[in-house]
Formats: sequence, structure tokens, C-alpha cells
Amino acid sequence: MDTIIDILTELHPDVNFDMCDTLIDDGILDSFDIVSIIARINEEFDVQITADRITPENFNSAEAIWALVSELLDE
Amino acid sequence: MPACPYIILYERAETNRPTGSQLPETEMDMLYTSYGFIAFLAALFTAYYVVPRRVQKPVLLLFSLFFYASYGVLQIVYITFTALTTYISARLISARKEANTAYIEAHKKELSRDEKKARREAVKKKTYLIMSLCLIANFGILAFLKYANFTIHNINSIVSLFGGRGEITFLSLTLPIGISFYIFMSMGYVIDVYRGKYQADKNFFHIALFIAYFPQLLLGPFSRYDDVKDTLFVPTKFSGRAFAFGIERIIWGFFKKLVVADRVLIPLKVLIASPDKYPGTYVFAAMILYAARIYADFTGGIDITMGISEALGIRLKENFIRPYFSKSVAEYWRRWHITLGDWFREYVFYPMSIWGPLTRLTKKTRPVFGAGFARRFPVYVSTVSVWFVTGIWHGASWNFIAWGMANCIVILISSELTPLYDKFHKKTHLINKRPYHAFMMLRTFFLMGMIRMFDCYVGVGTTIRALVSMFTEGNWGVLVDGSMLKLGLSAADYIIVAAAALLMFAVSVAGIKKSVRERLAAHPVAAFATFASLALVTAVFGVYGIGYDSSQFIYTQY
Repeated sequence: MDTIIDILTELHPDVNFDMCDTLIDDGILDSFDIVSIIARINEEFDVQITADRITPENFNSAEAIWALVSELLDE
Repeated sequence: MPACPYIILYERAETNRPTGSQLPETEMDMLYTSYGFIAFLAALFTAYYVVPRRVQKPVLLLFSLFFYASYGVLQIVYITFTALTTYISARLISARKEANTAYIEAHKKELSRDEKKARREAVKKKTYLIMSLCLIANFGILAFLKYANFTIHNINSIVSLFGGRGEITFLSLTLPIGISFYIFMSMGYVIDVYRGKYQADKNFFHIALFIAYFPQLLLGPFSRYDDVKDTLFVPTKFSGRAFAFGIERIIWGFFKKLVVADRVLIPLKVLIASPDKYPGTYVFAAMILYAARIYADFTGGIDITMGISEALGIRLKENFIRPYFSKSVAEYWRRWHITLGDWFREYVFYPMSIWGPLTRLTKKTRPVFGAGFARRFPVYVSTVSVWFVTGIWHGASWNFIAWGMANCIVILISSELTPLYDKFHKKTHLINKRPYHAFMMLRTFFLMGMIRMFDCYVGVGTTIRALVSMFTEGNWGVLVDGSMLKLGLSAADYIIVAAAALLMFAVSVAGIKKSVRERLAAHPVAAFATFASLALVTAVFGVYGIGYDSSQFIYTQY
């Protein structure tokens, strides 16, 4: 989870990612961010986030992103 | 081969032919605005609710096939091919995945994590191959039918540029009606099954109906299997309210199409046909008329599609949310032809953005070009690709490619300017002011209006010259000196268009909180009186009948 927060904070240092659960709904993360986040996650965790996993629900909060990564790690 | 999509469109319109087809004329042709179609619809509604409920959907499929057959029996061959390849591929993919999951489940204690992973990878490769073959076969047919002559045209142009004399003869190809819609929809379904979003449907009849359901295939929306399965495949119990809602929306669609879209087409054709004779302010007028035309035509057609579906108890996804109220081009594309944008985002933009080779290239070049470049590169490549494909999907011509690229450039520039805009808004607090919102909407409206002109004129160069003339000609007087009355419409016609546009605007504003239909639902007499009046107004002021051949919907050609 800390790694996820680090990746997100690198992109938007001014956002409190521990609290925010409307990253997509409020337009904090745009498509540039999503693509950067996925590239970093794939690299850091050696997982493959595929296009069908790119949904608002999976990227609305750091917790949701972590849940997605955990699911992929369990597969 | 005509180079201009507009000319293609309205040449076809003259004879009420589906664009791109060279089908023989038959009396069975059914466009939305023909009497034949009204009779077809009446027969469908009657049969649908009279037959026992278990045969309702087969009846719907039969009517859909009859609809296609009315454009020629060959139409059925194409759609059957797509339905069969879609069904078989999805079933094969699902069967392999299920078998593998069952095997892993049964042997989970004996298999190591790596062995399980290896099995999954092997199945993934096999299913990827099946999906790819299905996609290549279907998109291959579409590409050949849609772009073969465009390719030949370009090859001939290049050959003649270098002094060559040989010319490749154009092929006589028939583009089946709705093929761009049903192939995209069915391939979306196959990709979803491959991705494991849901399992393949075991009932071939479901797939056939999903692909052939006729109202969505003339203009969209691009339905998704999981969006429609709960209402498209199950029997519908007649609901007076749902049926009335459907009929009301159909009437509203006809009003937009016949009173506005087809009326403004008359001066538009004159203005576009002679760009040298009508420069400057005439181009501005054409831009406004075309904005009215495409809005009334496309949203009107979708209203009819949605209305038919509502009357049949089938829910489709909305394709428009007040697009002309958008404050940026990016927002406009989230409100206009929504289902097309969704399709391209999900199946082209994101897969391409995170595509392995592109990601690796970004990683390699990051130390050289920096983090800013690395952040932008995959998104820029994907955005350009998506807009190129979106452009060419709309039509096999350089006009549409230029149109797609113009949209792409504006969106990318806006994205780059976002931090600057944010600073400006923070400093001025204008973003909280209503007049500033209105300014942003108008700015987007005119920007989109100008980009849209690439749909209209013959050739990209002509379009650019026409747009430039808007700012250089200075002939604003033509708006008031009676010149606009020499283009085929009388002052009364312009008043009708203005009143109808005002009504569409008022309905849009009212619909922000609650749709007009819902507001009227509590007052059945008022609802009946309103829509009966609207039908009457459409019958009296609609542009149809002798000398007025109602044109086809613009989006039918795609």
C-alpha cells in the first residue's frame, strides 16, 4: 500500500491519497496519470494490469488500486 | 470516386439509398422517415405484444432480419457471418478458460504456483489466437468493403503524380447497412469474453438478436452485451407507461429530423456546393446550419431508436447528454456519441496506452527525454491513433482523417494548457461565474462547428480556405440583406427553424433536472395533448413529400 501511495504522491504531491476516494470522479487522475500509474505498478509489482481493469472503481482511491494489485498478486 | 463525404451523403440522399451501398432500389427499403417504416413499426409493435411472451424475442429477430432483407438478401449473409464467428469464437474462448479453471481447481493441491501460472499463460495464448482470428476476419471484411476503393483512389493519385498512366479500376462493392455498428459491437463482446468480463452466451439466438436488433444499427448506439442482456433477451410485459414514453420519444425524434434537420439541409446544400460563390459569412452561416442539422439529425435519429426500444421494453445506453452545453472539446466528446467514445477508449485507447512495446519504449527513452516526455508519450501515441481510427471510421476520405486529427490536436493542446487555465481560473475566480460558463460553451460550440466543416466541403484544402475566409471576407451584410433568402428557404422557414431550435434548447435545459416526459407523466391529458400537438406540428411543418425527398440520417452512412 505504501508503494502505491508513493507512486501517486510522485504524480500529485498536493493530494492526500490516504483520504481521497474520488480520484477519478473528481478528475484528480487523468488518462496521463492512469497510464503512468499502470506502468509503474507493472514494474514495481511484476503484475500485468490489463485494459479491462481500467475502471473508475479500480482507480478511485489508493486503497482500490491496492486491492486490484493484491488481486493480481494472488492470481 | 467522389472525394467529398458530404457529396456522397447527399447524392445518396437524393435517392434515399443507404450510403456506401449500390443496392438495387426496391420498394421494401425502410428508412426511419419513410411510410414503409411507420407501417413496419406498427406491425412490429402489434405482433410483439400479441404473440405469447415466449416467442416475443424470436418475433423481434424475425422483424430485424426482415428489415435487413429489405436492403437485399446479401445483407443477411454478412450479418450471419458476423453472428456465427462471434458466437463460435466466444464459446471456444469460454470453454477453454472454464476447462482450465476447473482443472486448476481440481488439482490445486498438486499444482505449484508456477505450474498454475504456466497453464493460465498457455490458455491465454490459445484464446488470444481465437479472438485475433475472429477480429481479423470481421474487421478485415469491414476494412475491405469500406476502404478498398479509398486505397485504390490514393494509389491511382500517387501513380499519376509520378506520371504513371496505369489506373486501377474501382471495385463495385456493397457496404452492408449497419456493418460498422454491428461489427464493432460484436467484436467488443468477443474481447470482453476473452478478457473474462463475462462468460460466452450459450444461446446462439441471443447473439443473433444482440447483433441484428435493427433500431441500433442505423445510427447506434454501440450497445454492449452486458448493458442490454437483461432486457433484450427476456420477455417483456406490456407497460402502458413505457409504451407511451417510447412513442413520445419517437415523435420528438421525428420532429427534430423532419422539421429542423431536413429543412436546414436545403440552404446547406447550396452553400456547400459552391464554396467560391459563398465565402466568408456564408461559411459562418453554413457552420451554424450544419450544427443544427447534425444535432437534430443524429439526436433525432437516436430518439427514434431509443423510443422504439422503450416501447419494446428494451433499455439501450444513452448516446447524448446535451453535447452543445460542453465547456471543452474533451467534454463535448464525453457527451456526443458517447457509446462510440466508450468503445474506442476501452478497446483502443487504454490497451494501446499500456501496450508492452510502447511501455518499454517509454521506459528506454525516459532517461534521455525526461519524466514529462515519458508521461505524455504513450498517451499522445494512443490519442493520435484513436482519433485517426475515429476519423476513418466515419468515412473513407481524407476529410474525415483531417477532421479526426483536428479534434486530436485541439484536445492535446487543451490538455497541455490545463495548468495555465487552472492558474487563470484561480486568479480570476471566473470559473464560478455563469457568464464565463456561457462563454466556454459558446467557444466550444464554435470550435467544434469549425472542425465539423471538414465533413462538408469537397477536400481538405477547400475546407481550410472556406474557414479562413470567415475571418477575412467581411461580408457580414449577407445575413441581413436578403441573401440568405435566396438559398431555398423563405423567411417563414427560418422562423420555423429558430422556433424549433429554441424548443430543443428549452427541452435540454428543462431536462437537466428531470426530462419533460417525466414532468408530464403525472398529467396524462397534458402529455397526450403536448405530443399530439408535436406530431401535428411535425406533419404540418415537416420537410417531406413531393419535391422534398426526406434525406437519410447522416450517421447511417458510417
